[in-house]
Amino acid sequence: MSTAELQAKLNVALDPEGFLVDPEDWTPEIAEVLAQEEGIQLTERHWQVIRFVRDYYREHGEPPTLRAITKRSGVPTKELYQLFPKGPAKKVARIAGLGKPKGCI
Amino acid sequence: MKRLVILGAGTAGTMVANRLARELEFEDWRITVVDSDRVHYYQPGFLLIPFGLYERRHVVRPKRDYLPRRVETLFGTVHHIDPERNKVYLEDGRGLAYDYLIIATGSHIHPEETPGLAEDGWNRSIFTFYDLEGSLALARKLRAWEGGRLVLNVAEMPIKCPVAPLEFLFLADWYFHQRGIRDRVELVYATPLPGAFTKPKASEMLGGLLAEKGIQVVPEFNVMEVDPDGRRLISYDDQVVEYDLLVSVPVHMGSEAIERSGMGDELNFVPTERHTLKAKHHDNIFVLGDATDLPASKAGSVAHFQVDVFVPNFKRYVEGLELLPTFDGHANCFIESGFGKGLLIDFNYDVEPLPGMYPLPGLGPMPLLRESRVNHWGKLLFRWIYWNILLKGKELPLPAQMSLAGKWTHGGGHHG
Ligand SMILES: Cc1cc2nc3c(=O)[nH]c(=O)nc-3n(C[C@H](O)[C@H](O)[C@H](O)COP(=O)(O)OP(=O)(O)OC[C@H]3O[C@@H](n4cnc5c(N)ncnc54)[C@H](O)[C@@H]3O)c2cc1C
Repeated sequence: MSTAELQAKLNVALDPEGFLVDPEDWTPEIAEVLAQEEGIQLTERHWQVIRFVRDYYREHGEPPTLRAITKRSGVPTKELYQLFPKGPAKKVARIAGLGKPKGCI
Repeated sequence: MKRLVILGAGTAGTMVANRLARELEFEDWRITVVDSDRVHYYQPGFLLIPFGLYERRHVVRPKRDYLPRRVETLFGTVHHIDPERNKVYLEDGRGLAYDYLIIATGSHIHPEETPGLAEDGWNRSIFTFYDLEGSLALARKLRAWEGGRLVLNVAEMPIKCPVAPLEFLFLADWYFHQRGIRDRVELVYATPLPGAFTKPKASEMLGGLLAEKGIQVVPEFNVMEVDPDGRRLISYDDQVVEYDLLVSVPVHMGSEAIERSGMGDELNFVPTERHTLKAKHHDNIFVLGDATDLPASKAGSVAHFQVDVFVPNFKRYVEGLELLPTFDGHANCFIESGFGKGLLIDFNYDVEPLPGMYPLPGLGPMPLLRESRVNHWGKLLFRWIYWNILLKGKELPLPAQMSLAGKWTHGGGHHG
C-alpha cells in the first residue's frame, strides 16, 4: 500500500516515510493496520512493547532507542528482533504512532 | 568564595578548566578538577598507531602539564555525585562540595557488553583501536599479518568519532597496498547503520569511496555475539559474518560514576539540554563533551565548540542572567582517506555535511566532502594544534557556530 492509500484508509496524516505526523492521532486500530502492513500479527507480547514505547515517548518526548527498550521493557533484544524483524526500534516506533527515531550521529 | 568542580580532565575538562581559570575572578572562585588518570591521551592518534604512523609517544602527555596552576587538581576516581546535597564523593572516601559542577567524564568502550568479544580471541584475532593498548596490539598484529578477511564491526551507536571506522578502512586499504598484499586482503565493514555514515549526503559520498576502494559494506548489522573459535559474528536477526581478523568498535558508555549517581540514561550518558548544555534535571550542573546524551557527534571538535559557547554563557548565568541557546551541535572532522589524502566535513544538529569549501582563516579554504591533500595535512597539523592551542584553551580562529559560508547548499552552486 502506498503512503497516500494508507493515509486515506487510516484517515490520519503520515510523513513521506509512513510515520504518523501527530502521535496524538494514534489508536490501537491504527497499530493493527500498520503492523499488518509490515507483515506482523500483533500478540500480547507485541502490545507490551508498544505500550512501553508510548509511555516512554510521553515521558521523554522522543521514541526510545533499542537499548532503552530492552533495558526497561523486560523484552530481550533477541526476542525484539523476532517480534519486529529488521530494525525493531524503527518498526515499533512506527506501529506505536511515533516519529522515526532520530538514529545516531 | 564560590566552588566550581570539574569532573574529568580529558579534552573537554582540560579546555574548560583553562578557559575558566582565565576568565573567572581569582578572589571569587575556587576551581577543582578531578581525574582518575594522570595521563592525557590524544585519542584521534589511536587511529594512526595500527598502521605504524604514530607511536605511543605521539599520543600521551602528563595531564598536569596541561592544567593551569590556579586550578586545584585531584587525582582519584569519582565514585558518585549527590546532586541533592551538591557533593561529589571519590572512591577513597574524600568528599568535595560544589556550588557548580561540570561533568566531563567522557565515554569509554565496553567490549564485555558483547558476548564472545573480549574472551579467547581478544588481542589474538579480535582487536580494537579505540584505546591505546588495543591500538598498539593491533599494530603488532598487522605488521606480521599475511592477509585474509578483515572485518571492521561497529557494535552499537553512538560511538566516538563516527567517521573513525571509515578512516580505519581507508587507511587499511592504503597500508596493505604499500605492503604489497592488498590482493590477499578482503576488507569488510559491518555496521548497524543503513549505510556508510549517519547523514545522507556524506553517506552517499563516503559509500562511493568505500566501493571505489573495494571495501564491502554489510549494513544494518546489529551484532549479538562473537564466536571467537568459529571466527564468526552473529547478529540478532541471525546473519553471520565470518572473519580472519576482527577489528571491533565496542559498545560505548558514559562513566560508571554517572550510573552510581542515578543521573544517566541506559548508556550512562547524562540527559542534557540541547542548546545550553545544562543538565536537564539540575540547575547547577553542566555537561560537556562525550558525557552528554545529545544527538551531536562525540568528538573533540564538538567539545571545543561547546566550550566556546559554554564559557560566556556560564559567566552570564552565575551573574543571574538566563542561559542563551547558543550551542547548535556544530561538529567538524577531518577524514583520512588514504594515499596521503583526506576529506573535511562540517555539520550541526540541523544541517548535514555539504560539499563546498571551508573558509579556514590562516590556512586558506579547505575543500568540504571531497578528497584532497590539503585535508590530509590538516589532520596531521591537528595534533600540534590539539596539544598547543586547543587543550590550553587558547582561541582558535574558528567560529563556534556552524556557518553556511562556502557550502554548496543545493545542486553544486556556490552559496553565501
Ligand atoms: C580512535 C579515535 C579517533 C578519534 N578521532 C577524532 C577526530 O579525528 N576528531 C575529533 O574531533 N575527535 C576524535 N575522537 C574523539 C575525541 O577523542 C573525544 O570525543 C574527546 O576526547 C571527548 O572529550 P571528553 O573530554 O568528553 O572525554 P575524554 O577526553 O575521554 O575525557 C574524559 C576524562 O574523564 C576521566 N574520567 C572518567 N570517569 C571518571 C571517574 N569516574 N573519575 C575520575 N575521572 C574520570 C577520564 O580519565 C578522562 O580523562 C576520536 C576518538 C577515538 C577513540
